[in-house]
Amino acid sequence: MNWELIFGQIKWTSFVFAGMIENPSLSEAIASGAGSIAVLGALATVILLTVKGWWVPLWRDWLTSVDHKKVGIMYIAIALVMFARAVIEAALMRAQQLAATEGAGFLSADHFGQLFSTHGTIMIFFVAMPFITGLMNYVMPLQIGARDVSFPLLNAISLMLTMAGAILIMVSLVVGQFSTGGWSAYPPFTGIEFSPGEGVDYWIWAVSLGSIGSTLTGLNFAVTIYKKRCPGMSLFRMPLFTWTTLCTSILMIFAMAPLTAATIMLALDRYAGFHFFTNGDGGNMMNYANLFWLFGHPEVYILILPAFGVWSEVVATFSAKRIYGYTSLVYATMCIAVLSFAVWLHHFFTMGQSANVNAIFGIATMIIGVPTGVKVYDWLLTMVGGRIRFSTPMLYHINFLLTFILGGMTGVLLANPGVDFQVHNTLFLVAHFHNMIIPGVLFGMFAAVQFWFPKVFGFRLHEGLGRASFWCFAPGFLLAFFPLYWLGMMGATRRTYMWSNPDYVPWLALAMLGAGLILAGFALMVTQIVVSVRQRAQLAAPLGDPWDGRALEWSIPSPPPSWNFAVLPQVSSQDPFYEAKKAGIAYRSPAAYEDIEVPRNTATAPLIGLFACAWAFGLVWHIWWLAIVSFVLIWAVVIARSFATDTEETIPAATVKALNEAFLAAARATPGVTRDREMTSDNKGRAHPEALEGRAGTLASGTAVEAL
Amino acid sequence: MSRRIAADTPTVDHAEEGRERRSYVIGLVLALVLTTGAFAVVGLNLLSGAAALAALGLLALIQAVVHLRYFLHIDLERSHRDDLLLILFTVLILIIMVSGTIWILYDQHIRMMP
Amino acid sequence: MSLSERLHPGLNLAGTDPEGHEAAEETLFGFWIFLMSDLVLFAVLFATYAAMSVQGIAEGPRPAEVFDLTAAFVETLLLLFSSFAFGLAMLEMKYRENRRGVLVWLLITGVLGAAFVGMELHDYYVMITEHAAPPQASGFLSAYYLLTGTHALHVSSGLVWMVIMAVQVAVFGFSTPVKLRLMRLALFWHMLDVVWIGIFTFVYLYGVAS
Repeated sequence: MNWELIFGQIKWTSFVFAGMIENPSLSEAIASGAGSIAVLGALATVILLTVKGWWVPLWRDWLTSVDHKKVGIMYIAIALVMFARAVIEAALMRAQQLAATEGAGFLSADHFGQLFSTHGTIMIFFVAMPFITGLMNYVMPLQIGARDVSFPLLNAISLMLTMAGAILIMVSLVVGQFSTGGWSAYPPFTGIEFSPGEGVDYWIWAVSLGSIGSTLTGLNFAVTIYKKRCPGMSLFRMPLFTWTTLCTSILMIFAMAPLTAATIMLALDRYAGFHFFTNGDGGNMMNYANLFWLFGHPEVYILILPAFGVWSEVVATFSAKRIYGYTSLVYATMCIAVLSFAVWLHHFFTMGQSANVNAIFGIATMIIGVPTGVKVYDWLLTMVGGRIRFSTPMLYHINFLLTFILGGMTGVLLANPGVDFQVHNTLFLVAHFHNMIIPGVLFGMFAAVQFWFPKVFGFRLHEGLGRASFWCFAPGFLLAFFPLYWLGMMGATRRTYMWSNPDYVPWLALAMLGAGLILAGFALMVTQIVVSVRQRAQLAAPLGDPWDGRALEWSIPSPPPSWNFAVLPQVSSQDPFYEAKKAGIAYRSPAAYEDIEVPRNTATAPLIGLFACAWAFGLVWHIWWLAIVSFVLIWAVVIARSFATDTEETIPAATVKALNEAFLAAARATPGVTRDREMTSDNKGRAHPEALEGRAGTLASGTAVEAL
Repeated sequence: MSRRIAADTPTVDHAEEGRERRSYVIGLVLALVLTTGAFAVVGLNLLSGAAALAALGLLALIQAVVHLRYFLHIDLERSHRDDLLLILFTVLILIIMVSGTIWILYDQHIRMMP
Repeated sequence: MSLSERLHPGLNLAGTDPEGHEAAEETLFGFWIFLMSDLVLFAVLFATYAAMSVQGIAEGPRPAEVFDLTAAFVETLLLLFSSFAFGLAMLEMKYRENRRGVLVWLLITGVLGAAFVGMELHDYYVMITEHAAPPQASGFLSAYYLLTGTHALHVSSGLVWMVIMAVQVAVFGFSTPVKLRLMRLALFWHMLDVVWIGIFTFVYLYGVAS
């Protein structure tokens, strides 16, 4: 019996627990512990679903759904689960670096290598990407007055591919090892010669699945924004979050292809003995860095642009003022999107090209700071003269402005090749990009959760705990990362698992303290969600507009019905819902209702995701029968689906009318809550418009929204 | 989704059809001429060195435009604005990526030890 | 909006099928975006080839020693005529909705496409057995096989897609979804021919000329 035919390269020693039995140590115990948590977590989920009888609802209402809102929620759920893992890994690395001055610490070098590789890979591909994708999924169609995205099934398929990649990375906790090559996986180290195991293959296939999913998402969103805007919603009336979604989608469409090319070449080198990036035989590993960063730099802006959109929505809403410099913000976003394709070389200034090449890319990099600066001024000027409420999202925004500018400054420093040569590959760089991504992207997403949570679930999040969590996260970030700038300038290299310089210790201790605060912030955030769910009766805001919002998503009930808008809105200005409230024409009954066609749920997407996951697992472990069978099955599902003709169902006008009229009647009957009572249980989601108090803005002429 | 009934089948518009058929034929003829020309440059040694490469590049560019115009019906005047923007933006990205990559890799290559 | 207005690049259904024409706008725009993304993939493969075909020869053969221009010329003609045949299939669909006509032209397209893939596989076979030039021989050959192989893989998936569409034409006739799928397949097929222009010029002709 040839076991390798069936199980490929999996042996019993591949399981993480085998390491603990054969070679007990603290490092192995931690690895086994993590593996156990993954197994027990999966087991606990299965038991919970069985006991509660939730399998059928999970399958019927969620996994098979093609509703953009449910898809969005599932994306964010993936992001939060993966965030929990990656943030714990970060704390472990901090602890190791603190413990390992003139000693070995408690992690093996190999384990440390896996930690920084999974931390980076997960945070970028399976936290930041699903988080922004989920948010764009939920909010963008509501903001442009659409009933769904252009290709709802494709959207669900993107989600399932991302989920397949995330599952693959979780499986690597239990079966086999992950790559030790960092999130960028540079060859020749990640070539077969130096990394013969399955680790790099896990990285290749998990990232490829996520990358295909993102390309399809970008395509879908771009078409949606171009072709599905409601009547009157011209491009320059779109909310800024939708604008940034559009630019991010365009980046996703074009930037993912170089990554796919790079991972395919690396895979061919490893599986078939090709010579793209090998040391000899005409290979050129510098081309890998080139291809990876052709993707990698636009990727940075894929992440930050949606966060910029969130900041624009938050600052306008909580300053009770129209955003300052709308047009300049739009053009700045476009400039950033185009320029982001022309700066990739600054990630490898030290690779040996001539000074002229470095100079040109250095200058391009400095130029990209200009449109970002424009945005910062616009956000500041939005607050000037506004009536600012210091709610949790606004606290995150103010914190963002302060810290993001500092991070941007260090970015301009690094854009100078001369400086870059000095601090390249040190903790200075680590501090820089965390300084951009944490206050910019991650806190942007946290602010977005606080901001849109009542829209999604119909009740607000507990404000006190939200602020408490903020007051751990913000100083925690400063403590955890500002010492790294200093350490970097002292010469501490990144990805190092032990030190010999005792001068580093106090700074590492400070950073450890910061990591502790960040963990506390995350714990408080989880507590906030649990407490809010328990107190959902007091926090309920079903009428949909808890913050005196401006764009169309606030004009419909919370949570919105599956068809979003009972009647497609007609728009005649920016901030259409805000203008309607000002003109006193919000919550009017439409003249007539029509039947609505919505796509039926389908098992197509989850099946594709399942087979894609099995396909990737087969490839990682060289289980060829599994890889071939799953690949055939993926396409069989696609072809079978193309023969299905009955893919839509009709919701009768009477149903829509009954629900919508009940909502409108409740909204009209409820007295509006003023902004100073916003955080009390009086806030049922009907706002007393700030504008009617005669304090902000002038009345726009004409009707802004006719059919809400 | 069953077969259309007779009354539903479109009436044939001969003028329009003739125009579109002509477009495919023109495209085919031009492509044949350009392809043959390109292979002739190398096969018959009409040009050599940099001149050959430049001529081949130019012929390929023209043929790509012919295909886009006559097979894919892209037309600067009549096409939808969204589509043109998409295609032109793609061209910009292609130029940046291809020329940037070639520039960087050749620059690194000439600085390496032989 | 006038119904004869062009809503997307490629053959429009304006004039003969107004309903299908309107439905096409969103779907075909989406497919164009996919094509552009695919084109970027080919672009980076071309750029990689441009560097490796010069810098990555190592101990292996040079381009001029392994390429057969006659075969490349015949392949070019096969793909070109197959692209033309697909154009005629689309006209048959648009103006006559004639199943027989469409299926015959699709068959011609498919046979030409299959002959193209067959010839390319034969090229590979000759290179590997007679010139000792498998993809593992050098960076140049790795890049060559990946670039032409990716193109051949696209053509092959186009062929599979064509078979499925032939079945759908037979089963469903010319319903709007079937028409839109044929229109997308046509764009895909024409675009692969555009990519091939790059391959025969920058791979085969440049390889032999320089």
